[in-house]
Amino acid sequence: MPSFLKEFFKRNGTGMGSLMLGLVLFWTIGLIILPQLSMLDFSFRPNLPPPEIGGPKDVYTLENYKYLIYGPEGGSQDYNAVDLKVFFRTLVAAVCVTVFNLILCYPIAYYLAQTKGNHIRIFALMLIIPYWINEILRAFALRIIFGETGVLNNMLVGLGIFDTPFDFIRNDIALYAGLGYAYILLMIFPIYNVIESLDRNQIEAARDMGASWTKIHRRVVIPYAKPGISSGCTMVFMLSAGALAAPQILGGPSSLWFTQLIYQQFNDNSDWPQGAAYAVVLLVTCILLVLAVMRLFKVNMGDIGK
Amino acid sequence: MSAGVGVNLENLWIRFGDFVAVRDANVNINGGDFFSFLGPSGCGKTTILRAVSGFLEPSDGKVLIGGNDMKGIGPNKRPTALIFQNLALFPLMKIWENITFSMEIKGASAKERRKRADELLDMIALPGQGDKLPSELSGGQRQRVAIARALCAEPDVLLLDEPLSALDLKLRQHMRTELREIQQRVGITFIYITHDQGEALTMSDNIAVMKAGVIDQIGDGKTIYNDPSTAFAASFVGENNVFRGKVKRIMGEEALIQTNRSGELVARISSANQGRMKEGDAAMMFIRPEAFALAPAGASGDHFVTAKVNHEEFEGNVFNIFMEGDGGKELKVSIPNLGQSFEDHTGQNITLEYETKNAVIVPAGELAAE
Repeated sequence: MPSFLKEFFKRNGTGMGSLMLGLVLFWTIGLIILPQLSMLDFSFRPNLPPPEIGGPKDVYTLENYKYLIYGPEGGSQDYNAVDLKVFFRTLVAAVCVTVFNLILCYPIAYYLAQTKGNHIRIFALMLIIPYWINEILRAFALRIIFGETGVLNNMLVGLGIFDTPFDFIRNDIALYAGLGYAYILLMIFPIYNVIESLDRNQIEAARDMGASWTKIHRRVVIPYAKPGISSGCTMVFMLSAGALAAPQILGGPSSLWFTQLIYQQFNDNSDWPQGAAYAVVLLVTCILLVLAVMRLFKVNMGDIGK
Repeated sequence: MSAGVGVNLENLWIRFGDFVAVRDANVNINGGDFFSFLGPSGCGKTTILRAVSGFLEPSDGKVLIGGNDMKGIGPNKRPTALIFQNLALFPLMKIWENITFSMEIKGASAKERRKRADELLDMIALPGQGDKLPSELSGGQRQRVAIARALCAEPDVLLLDEPLSALDLKLRQHMRTELREIQQRVGITFIYITHDQGEALTMSDNIAVMKAGVIDQIGDGKTIYNDPSTAFAASFVGENNVFRGKVKRIMGEEALIQTNRSGELVARISSANQGRMKEGDAAMMFIRPEAFALAPAGASGDHFVTAKVNHEEFEGNVFNIFMEGDGGKELKVSIPNLGQSFEDHTGQNITLEYETKNAVIVPAGELAAE
């Protein structure tokens, strides 16, 4: 038994230790790793009616992955342009949502972390309480705000800024706002946590030596907050790329999110293997993208957990 | 000593809401001086430092640096550099980057900065350590890096906020000497904040003793120690024995005090209070433990004190005798150990004598807390 496990059991007792370890293992293996492996397995099999499963036709194949790239066999186009476009647009949009969220949340997190006083607690509470409302209701609330006869349009037209209502939904503005808003806390709190532990004297020392505010942030605060920034960005990116409710409710009729395609394969087409293949592609691409960005900004995996 | 840039505080008031942190401070700090603000925690000394560095605007009065009013000038524009109590080195920057941060701000090239960092590292006796991180250095080394970082900005005035308080005793005593040496070498004005009278006395040209936002006394170490002007200064700086009483008679520079416990005693009136005390005034007389000598039994007069010995201890260089004193406080006497035989007096009454020039009288006032 490795020493850290021995230590763990010594500290918690055999009974409690086994229970905790068992629950963690059940959570990671039983609820995350095994289902994912089963999806991976699905993705390499043809879509067969139940009687034929396990029969001679049930062999491993790359068909489902080929479909994403080349489309149906004998189709009119060389590539599956529709699905690929949705796929890349989803990734780009998720990156944009992440960057937008970071720009919005960093100053808020900095302010919350470096200001003292009771009003900060009220401020934080005001950020948290809207999240008591479930995600779908929040998305519909944004629909009410951004709709053609919605609050925002009524106001803009009423004030004479626009002549005719602007279609926020068709232009995906509602979607981006919805996605951005949905994950704001996941961006603010990791950054807040790190910056709160930053010694105020370091900021004053930098200022004393003549540094401007931009310089202070660039050289002192942001390097220090990097673990928080990367864990916030990772979560927001992963969750927006994998979001389903917000795109369903706030997306324009012509703009699909890749998760909606996966949903359609599973649900409308009853093609689980195809859906699984799409899901695997999305997951692997997202992970690779995150790892690449982490490498680029020299962030260690260990920092994310801070 | 080169003529550095002086700092003047004129009628300086700093208030936080109803709380007065600094009350009407007037201080002239000569250019090139090592000047200390000495006082217990919460006396307002750090507040004064923040006002000089520019992190705090005075509520009233002026801060002048080199004769120029600093009103409205931010900390990044003042010719001062501040060394923080916890040093505030940047943990993610290498030592050489830390030291030359002020040059980086001004846009100096990496090569220039590296060169300057190496010079400063030589000066603080840490050659070749530039590529380490602050966490890889010891407390004393980090201390010196903080000094080098502040000096790199070539300030006219260096401000130090209890920078030695986090170090252990041996290192602290070593750094006192080193700080003083550095100050004499660079010749700029140092303003030093401390609650440690040992630090203040050993390093400073001049000291301001502070109590609850008020500056009690300004003077060099010897004056503060030998000729305190208030009861607080007398009791805060060094060990001191207090005798409470009333002025019975003024005799030129000296006065006869009717003490509460020890009869009539003569002492010198402190310089600041010459001519200001009159008969009948409540007064306090202070005599240092080392200013007493054992007197023959039965001797009496206006410079003899007789009291019962509670206990004694041997400290190595001195024998300490603790006797029943005034106001519940023990009277402490330190007799130098010169190899003489020393009998135990516990429980007995003994008589002590002192020279009147070593006993000082100030108006009755608040004593420093133990």
